[in-house]
Amino acid sequence: MHELSVCQALISQVAQVARDRHATAVTDIYVDVGPLSGVEPPLLRNAFPIAAAGTVANNATLHLQTMPIRVRCEECGAESEVATNRLTCQSCGDWRTDLISGDELLLQRVVLEDCKAGAEAYV
Amino acid sequence: MCDTCGCNVTPGNEHLVAAGGHLAHTSSGSESVEVLKGLLAANDHQAAHNREHFDQHKTMAVNLMSSPGAGKTSLLEATIEALGTDLTIAVIEGDLETENDANRIREKGVAAVQISTGSACHLDAHMVHGALHDLDLDGIDVVFIENVGNLVCPASFDLGQHYNVALLSTPEGHDKPAKYPVMFRAADLVLVSKCDLLEVLGDFDPDTAEAYLRQIANPAPLYKVSAKSGAGMASWLDWIRSEVAARK
Repeated sequence: MHELSVCQALISQVAQVARDRHATAVTDIYVDVGPLSGVEPPLLRNAFPIAAAGTVANNATLHLQTMPIRVRCEECGAESEVATNRLTCQSCGDWRTDLISGDELLLQRVVLEDCKAGAEAYV
Repeated sequence: MCDTCGCNVTPGNEHLVAAGGHLAHTSSGSESVEVLKGLLAANDHQAAHNREHFDQHKTMAVNLMSSPGAGKTSLLEATIEALGTDLTIAVIEGDLETENDANRIREKGVAAVQISTGSACHLDAHMVHGALHDLDLDGIDVVFIENVGNLVCPASFDLGQHYNVALLSTPEGHDKPAKYPVMFRAADLVLVSKCDLLEVLGDFDPDTAEAYLRQIANPAPLYKVSAKSGAGMASWLDWIRSEVAARK
């Protein structure tokens, strides 16, 4: 159950964005999770209110998008969508593939409230 | 892949990026800020710092991972006995509680730092950084970081190691790579430990374990070893010797 650690790291990043833009509250947090990141979306969702309590993200809604697992075959070049424990090429069957999507653990976007005009842009 | 320039945009998520624009203001006066940063960026930053520290000392760092009881500490004891005169070894031990494993290593005459994680189910880069303050790397050829026994959580945290070595003990069953793909996908080397039990068990097929490992697109070598009988240890010891030599 390392999802709480992950959630605390998420809140720390979100709080930094809010601070940089002088926002008083965060309303929405968008995160991409790939099944091969090792993080379970339902557990992340459960850990979120605990990690967010008392922070600028206290009332924020966490939006999790589960990403598909996609591989590219090193032999035939085909791209396929695959299952977590079978990353083989769906076209020629070779096991030598490169992961092109599915291990994401990415803070995509946050929505902030009451930003002060003229605040420094966060990039 | 970095977390700053947008190269972490994959074909799987690029549609989200394209749709949003860089900074979108909504009609309600709230502001949508695109971040595109890995959730574990702080850990990854610390891990890179740890790796630099190992590199400066030409020390190889190996992260040992397995389920509890797969034989990580026994493997290290046998490894120290076999290599102790050729290589200088140090160990960072991760456990929820007790110094028992660190004491077992110290009895072999090797420096060991214990990290007691309390209730944490994995080591992270900050914990390893703390342990490195208690470990002088001068003259150390290889540091083994024995992670908390767990086939799930440790796989998500880079510690700054050069290699991940995963142990799969024969009593656990040969389908572990299929059951724990995130862990076994991260392995640079898989050791089938307790291979002296293969005959007794009768139902663990190392070839099937290897087939499951290939199904998760992992080309890592798989060695059968027994710390107890010494069988197969030569391949593992040769691997350590050649990787250490490559860093000098």
